[in-house]
Amino acid sequence: MVFFQELPLLSLLIWLPIVGGIVCLAFARYLSPSCLKQVACLIACLELFLCAVLVQQFHSETWAMQWTEHRVWLPNFHIYYHLGVDGIALPLVVLSAFMTFLVVLATKTSTLTRMPMYLSLFLILQGLLCGVFLSMDAILFYVFWEALLIPMFLIIGIWGGKNRVYATLKFFLYTFLGSILLLVAILYCREMANTAMPGSTDVFSIAQFQTLSLSLLEQKGLFWAFLIAFAVKVPMWPVHTWLPDAHVEAPTGGSVILAAILLKVGGYGFLRFLLPIVPDAVHFYQVPMIILSLIAIVYIGLVAIMQSDLKKLIAYSSVSHMGFVTLGFFVGSVMGIEGAMIQLISHGFISGALFFCVGVLYDRTHTRSIKEYGGVVNKMPLFSGLFVLFALANLGLPGTSGFIGEFLVILATVKTQWLFAGLATLTLVLSASYTLWMTKRVIFGAITTPTVEKLSDINAVEKSILGALAIVIVLLGVWPAPVFQSMKASVQHLHTQAQRSKLFHFR
Amino acid sequence: MGSFSAQQIGWLCTFAVFAPFISGTLVGLFGRSMGPAIASHITCWAVGLASLVALLLFVLIFQEPLFTLKGNWYLWGVIGEMPLSVGYLIDRLSIMMMATVLSVSFLVHIYSIGYMKNDPGYTRFFAYISLFTFAMLMLVVANNFLQLFFGWEGVGVMSYLLIGFWFKKDSANLASLKAFVVNRVGDLALLMGVATVAWFFGSLDYSTVFEQVGLIGNVNANMTIGQFTWPVFTVIAACLWIGAMAKSAQIPLHIWLPDSMEGPTPISALIHAATMVTAGIFMVARLSPLFEQAEGVLNAILIIGTLTAILTGLMGVVQSDIKRIVAYSTLSQLGYMAVGLGASAYAISIFHLMTHAFFKALLFLGAGSVILAMHHEQNIWKMGGLKKYLPITHAVMILGALSLVGIPPFSGFFSKELLIEAAHYCRLPAAGFAYWGLVLSVFITALYSFRLLFVVFYGKTAAKNPEHIMESPPVIYIPLLCLTVPTVLLGIMLVDSVLFERFSAAITPKPNHDVMRVLYGQFEWEGGMIWHSFSSLPFWLAISGIVSAWIAYVKYPGLPAKVVEKMEWIYRILCAKLGFDAIVAYAILPAIRGLSTFLGQVVDRFVIDNIGVNGVAAVVMRCTKMIKKCQTGYLYHYAFTMIAGLLILWVWMN
Repeated sequence: MVFFQELPLLSLLIWLPIVGGIVCLAFARYLSPSCLKQVACLIACLELFLCAVLVQQFHSETWAMQWTEHRVWLPNFHIYYHLGVDGIALPLVVLSAFMTFLVVLATKTSTLTRMPMYLSLFLILQGLLCGVFLSMDAILFYVFWEALLIPMFLIIGIWGGKNRVYATLKFFLYTFLGSILLLVAILYCREMANTAMPGSTDVFSIAQFQTLSLSLLEQKGLFWAFLIAFAVKVPMWPVHTWLPDAHVEAPTGGSVILAAILLKVGGYGFLRFLLPIVPDAVHFYQVPMIILSLIAIVYIGLVAIMQSDLKKLIAYSSVSHMGFVTLGFFVGSVMGIEGAMIQLISHGFISGALFFCVGVLYDRTHTRSIKEYGGVVNKMPLFSGLFVLFALANLGLPGTSGFIGEFLVILATVKTQWLFAGLATLTLVLSASYTLWMTKRVIFGAITTPTVEKLSDINAVEKSILGALAIVIVLLGVWPAPVFQSMKASVQHLHTQAQRSKLFHFR
Repeated sequence: MGSFSAQQIGWLCTFAVFAPFISGTLVGLFGRSMGPAIASHITCWAVGLASLVALLLFVLIFQEPLFTLKGNWYLWGVIGEMPLSVGYLIDRLSIMMMATVLSVSFLVHIYSIGYMKNDPGYTRFFAYISLFTFAMLMLVVANNFLQLFFGWEGVGVMSYLLIGFWFKKDSANLASLKAFVVNRVGDLALLMGVATVAWFFGSLDYSTVFEQVGLIGNVNANMTIGQFTWPVFTVIAACLWIGAMAKSAQIPLHIWLPDSMEGPTPISALIHAATMVTAGIFMVARLSPLFEQAEGVLNAILIIGTLTAILTGLMGVVQSDIKRIVAYSTLSQLGYMAVGLGASAYAISIFHLMTHAFFKALLFLGAGSVILAMHHEQNIWKMGGLKKYLPITHAVMILGALSLVGIPPFSGFFSKELLIEAAHYCRLPAAGFAYWGLVLSVFITALYSFRLLFVVFYGKTAAKNPEHIMESPPVIYIPLLCLTVPTVLLGIMLVDSVLFERFSAAITPKPNHDVMRVLYGQFEWEGGMIWHSFSSLPFWLAISGIVSAWIAYVKYPGLPAKVVEKMEWIYRILCAKLGFDAIVAYAILPAIRGLSTFLGQVVDRFVIDNIGVNGVAAVVMRCTKMIKKCQTGYLYHYAFTMIAGLLILWVWMN
């Protein structure tokens, strides 16, 4: 294990898939499609192995950044290549590596056009995601953050459905608008850091930003800039409308990564920037933010009920579940943040699994309309069993990971205001309604349409992908203690930061 | 404890809980490759052994009223500062539930071998009922609220899967969906109750919470919800009770239970009569220290329980589906149990829960035997005169019905008589209503039970080929015969110790609520209680109910039609189930669908997306189009603009 401690593990996590992806693309013409897929799988697998090393070597008792790397990048502007990992980034890195591996594994070599590009884009995306989660320098973070858009833009734009141009443009412009404000906020923080410590070279460090003294007015301004940037990604109500369109048009792998990881980047932004940098503004805007989260939970939950498109339904359900994440952030307790973190991770697995399931059906029938299905269980018993399990996880059944986040956030919200918690709890009924009604119409019943008649059950690859997800979801639900343990110190530290007012020692 | 150490008791309990889990998971995962025979053997043996262990523990522990053993299996997680574990709490209350659940479950397992024979989902069925048994046991042995909630939702899901077991039937799928969603309404409240407990006590551990209740006791702790101030205990107890109302099917959250009869009959016996639906009753008894502090909620429980007992009984009188009649009878009995809870006679509610589990399982499985003999005909008017074809089923169902009606000395008599007495001696304002309601519904119970028996087993047969009707095989009637033993004897065996020692050290009513003490003061011996009942109102009401049923359905079979003619509107209302389903179907569901469509199409798609997002895009487009017009490409336009600009600049500079 000493061997690994010598390695720049975090850099490897970022650059291995990026370089791997580029190499895949470059040598595509010399390799057969199946061989290429094996290479890509190998890279993703290696990435997963690096994650395992990271988890194994991780010290959960401290909140301090670990495995830090600090290199000069643009010395004139005091921009550094500064990486580090803590209990908040770790689970997200593992989640993204795991999901990318599954997406690469699920790629169909026979039917997909431009397969080398498809594979390499997902690998590159994975590297960029690691970059976002591991950057300690605000500009480095921003570069990765923006770069994320490109592969996703291409994935939806090239392999998407009929209306893909509209969806990609909407996706790009929506998120790009937020990103501009993020850049402004970062530059403003830099100015403040520069005035606070003239001559310091550490002016773009996120950790530095977190210790800045800011007046309430400044904090409010920064709050809005950060909020818009991250809220679009999460997405929060009312800036969520790009998500259903993007999901509907995206290919299966794109939907999986979009729901499982790309949304998490927004949540991560809240934890790294918003809560620790502008705690007083967070406190000031606490109630409106809680109300926005509750609208996402209840309103979007209601909207999901009457959706007729499978992917749209799951997309709306995603927005509703992400409402718990933002709710957890803003209730102001350790339990709330823990719940939000768990919800981030769990939602990654569950929504990913559901989008995989839709992909399995779509590959066979080429329709996403709920009406076209019915009685799938008669033809695909194994698939149906797994689908029902994921549906139950989606509605937050105890014993699956979907329950924990909601449970913790509700417990934390009661402390703030009983009624808010009561409204959030409505999700129990809403999620059960839309998920199980959809399950009833798709999975159960007698076979009514010719599309279902010709279905065949899942093959070995699909079986192993869905099986792996099922195991993770149940395991996490039954025994979440290790995950709580790994992030405890970091979350507690974040909570102290978020509770400490910056106004008293204002210069 | 005899020769068993605490650790050994813990191991035995662990075995009893996890044996059904392991067998259920094995059969669930590998059932298809192991084949039906092995699958049913594995689950039956596992549940059989577990129920033997539970009976052993029951015998050991029932002699020691104050025995309490707490242990943890593993640490689930530390949330905030609060450690949450998964473990067990063994005392008389939980061991009595374990014994009941496992023994009924075992008999249902055996019965299912015969009943589910040749069903394509045979192995799946056994996996489900074993996993259900596990979830129910987790709920029963839980020592904290988290695990309670796990078991609570776990039984809900297994019930969902089992109601929709025949997934090709659309009605079954609809019923399972309805059951789950209605139960979720209760779960919502339960979760809020649990969250309030966590907030107020800072712990989710039963013993820690109850200790603090003892300390806080009569201090009026208040909390604000919105603009109003409420006593904390009232909020907690109300939330928990609403949770119990859904699971234990109290009016108006009872609507899912009659529909749940779409599931296979063994399931109706195990889940929707004997065990799962009583989870709410059990939960209230388990958490009684919290309820004792909230008199308002106890009053509400009395009223809701009484309404449930009367109204669902009445609805049962007009049903014609054999399973639905028994289902309405279950609802009515759950109302009785709820009244016991409201009167703070928790031990007696649990006692009735236990006797009911056996005689109701007997009635349901008996009904299943009839259905099987009739080739899946469930309409009682197409049966009749089955006594001579199904002698064993007939005999056991008569015993079950006598117990249900409360004829001494059957089990049901003791528990029901005590419940009515408890309502009588209770000093809460709603107790008078509850007492008379329960007394009245004794008559109704007798009427619908014996209506069922007389129509099915007596008179002329309406079946098409009566010679084809055959008594069920031993694998079906042996469990029925086994169930008759507790149906007849359990009451007389346990009544003394129930009254004297209650069920748990944790069940300690406030002194002014303690009807149990009054009841025990009145109690001499079992024979005395029986003798006393001959001069009491409930007994004669029961007899008159049976006699009325005999007159109406055996002696003068034309009578019911005449009565219906006279009081058609009452009959119509009862047949329409008092309109509860209609309210859901014609008011609640359309409202939700409409709201969903409105929010989705109008607000989300039109206002936010079209006007908001695409509107901004359109405005940008229009602006660019306007600006574009300036870029004409003609040199003289540009030259003119340049000169004009220069002029303006020059003027402005000066």
